[in-house]
Amino acid sequence: MNGNTPVLEIKGLRIALPKGADRPYALDGLDLTVNPGEIVCLVGESGSGKSLTAGAIMRLLPEPHVHVADGAIRFEGEDLLALSEARMKAIRGDRIAQIFQEPMTALNPQKSVGWQLDEVLRLHTELGKSDRKARVIEMLERVKIPDPASAYNAYPHQISGGQRQRVMIAMALSLSPRLIIADEPTTALDVTTQLEILRLIRELQEQDGAGVLFITHDFGVVAEIADKVAVLCKGELVEQGPAQQILNRPQHSYTQALIAAIPALTPPAPRDFTGAPVVLEAKGLVKTFAARGGMFSGKRKAVKAVSDLSFVLRRGETLGVVGESGSGKTTVSRIVTRLLESDTGSVTVEGTDLLACSPRELRRMRQYIQMVFQDPMASLNPRKRVEALIAQGPIVHGVDPKEARERARKLLELVELSPAAASRFPHEFSGGQRQRIGIARALAMEPRVIVADEPVSALDVSVQAQVLKLLGDLRDRLDLSLLFVTHDLRVAAQLCDRLIVMQKGEIVETGVTAEIFADPQHPYTRKLLDSIPGRGWTPPVIRPDAA
Amino acid sequence: MTLLTTELPKPEPHRAVLLWRRFARNRAALLGLVIFVVVLIMAATAGLIEPTDPLRRAGVPLTKPFVDWATPLGTDQLGRDILASLFYGARISLLVGVLATLLSIGIGVVIGAVSGYFGGWIDDVLMRTTEAFQTIPNFVLLLALVAILGSSIEYITVAIAIVSWTAPARMVRAEFMSLRGREFVDAARNLGVSNTAIIFREILPNALPPIVVYASVIMALSILLESALAFLGLGDPNHASWGNMIGQGRAVLRSDWYCAAIPGTAIILTVLSFSLLGEGLNDALNPRQKK
Repeated sequence: MNGNTPVLEIKGLRIALPKGADRPYALDGLDLTVNPGEIVCLVGESGSGKSLTAGAIMRLLPEPHVHVADGAIRFEGEDLLALSEARMKAIRGDRIAQIFQEPMTALNPQKSVGWQLDEVLRLHTELGKSDRKARVIEMLERVKIPDPASAYNAYPHQISGGQRQRVMIAMALSLSPRLIIADEPTTALDVTTQLEILRLIRELQEQDGAGVLFITHDFGVVAEIADKVAVLCKGELVEQGPAQQILNRPQHSYTQALIAAIPALTPPAPRDFTGAPVVLEAKGLVKTFAARGGMFSGKRKAVKAVSDLSFVLRRGETLGVVGESGSGKTTVSRIVTRLLESDTGSVTVEGTDLLACSPRELRRMRQYIQMVFQDPMASLNPRKRVEALIAQGPIVHGVDPKEARERARKLLELVELSPAAASRFPHEFSGGQRQRIGIARALAMEPRVIVADEPVSALDVSVQAQVLKLLGDLRDRLDLSLLFVTHDLRVAAQLCDRLIVMQKGEIVETGVTAEIFADPQHPYTRKLLDSIPGRGWTPPVIRPDAA
Repeated sequence: MTLLTTELPKPEPHRAVLLWRRFARNRAALLGLVIFVVVLIMAATAGLIEPTDPLRRAGVPLTKPFVDWATPLGTDQLGRDILASLFYGARISLLVGVLATLLSIGIGVVIGAVSGYFGGWIDDVLMRTTEAFQTIPNFVLLLALVAILGSSIEYITVAIAIVSWTAPARMVRAEFMSLRGREFVDAARNLGVSNTAIIFREILPNALPPIVVYASVIMALSILLESALAFLGLGDPNHASWGNMIGQGRAVLRSDWYCAAIPGTAIILTVLSFSLLGEGLNDALNPRQKK
């Protein structure tokens, strides 16, 4: 540690929640120090209070319901909690800057990028108009936006997600703040973009020597960027220390459990499926989205989401479809289940072409191919009890309602939920539990194939590991075939026997997971693998006695 | 510390209990409920407390209120008991209100749901039809319908429903358009559920809360429309309704104002109770809309 005063010093911070919340304090006794030139990662699962910490520092808590009850926040020795609102306004944006999770919502869609960057300088500096413009262009160059001059005039929706986040960073850094608070800045981005943004933050921060408080839920990102790590669990600081120590020798059982839950990058041993019967065969799938032009904007190009896609899925096998956003992987899952009509091609299940079925035949065929959705809250009808949700499919297909409900209760046991869950509504469950219900609903139909579209992306890591394990167990026990769509290669490595790597609607590489991980052939696959955050770090094997 | 997440949280209290708690938090809504219950009791006991025909002559015409205890609220120019008319009028007003609301919401839900769920040309046809109705002012259309159908109480109810289904139809359509893209609808489709079942069993229950709230508005409007018709002398003369009473009281407004004022107050209070109830229902059914 150097002799400078810390940029940020938090002592015994306690944030009170309104009455009726699940706990009295969102944060209870947080101590944290950020030194100049240091990146401190605040790690925790959803609901751990990490984002409220950022709110408290910026004095942007939703008061009076949520307010600081106790403790001190000192910024370069100055107590932020005691400052007047006017003084605080001058500090915000000028000396403390924040980078948000979702750059699309953090930027004003009505104003051009240049205008918004210019505004920061206009509010906090005395610079003239042309000086400001020069400065903005310089900042855009620093964050490596291609063609800063045209980006200056672009509106937020006209540039890509990664570039929007670069603009946010440019905005945060334009006044050379002493402290940067980054609240999950890369969570909404693709892996390859994520890596670039992380490198950019690291590089710019080293140049300016600012302190960074980096809030994240992802230990991979921590391994990539952190100097120091603080782990939060339900508002309490359970462990804090240098990154190397926390990552490789975690002391607290919660940290150990979190790290143990991170999917390792070692794919399963290849299994041989050449003898197994084919349960699903897709041939020559093409899907083009006709873009609607506005009244004056003229015709826009149609977007090819999937072009000429073919694959086979054998019994008991798990085929992973991986790719970044816009690669067409979700479109594949929707075409295969015919929630979306394909332009051409065929999907053969049980000897019948699903895409050529009449509506009546299609309803009958649906029992063979079921789906688990990404967002378990959105995919369960909020007005139905769990029992009715699970029994719905079998009832539609002619099973006696009483018997179907009985089977629903058995399925709840199969997905490790208590039978008492049957009479509850979806909002009474946690995210992981809801996804279990979604899985039970798919299983109720006794399908041959389950299509899982990012089934664990909305879940915390520890829950993710449990749901993945459940899916794997069920697959082996019930001899199911899985079509597993994901953007997360770590998750794919857990479950998938074979992989299809997609880019811009086309398959760039396909093969056994272990072989692709060991020896990727296509440059895009290589880039994807290289971009996995924390790929250089192997989580330590922790004896399971703690958890 | 365990991280296994299969343990369930404590069960929530029953849905009805939750709804009542949220409803009761709104004091004005409670007042609305009280008035509504009073009107209901009036309608239910119309034959019991005043066991006579409200259209029969009960005393000296134009007796002032609180003078003769046989007719506590006085009599109108034909000697009819105002209190009895008030009780029987509550029955008619509520009947017209409830039936017209059910009819108009029914039409609105079916048209809005089909239009919003299927979209495309079906939506175009249905919405242009709806707009055709919306371009004609409500009351003018109502007058025209009553003129054609005749002014018996059944036809008046149907006519009121015909002029007031357009707003709920548009509302249901908007709800359906936003709900049909949700994943749970895809999930139901993926189970092989038919379109009809998706519309009525999956989406409609989720679209209901705003419709229920809006029903209270339509209810109040129906009562007002019926009164307005009666005021113009187009009401059903064979039934004592509040509107009829005001319509007849109008003739003696300058000398015996109470003939019109008493039923007028009843209408104001009833309509007020509906709008307060609607507000309370909104709090109970859409708790996240506020704040």
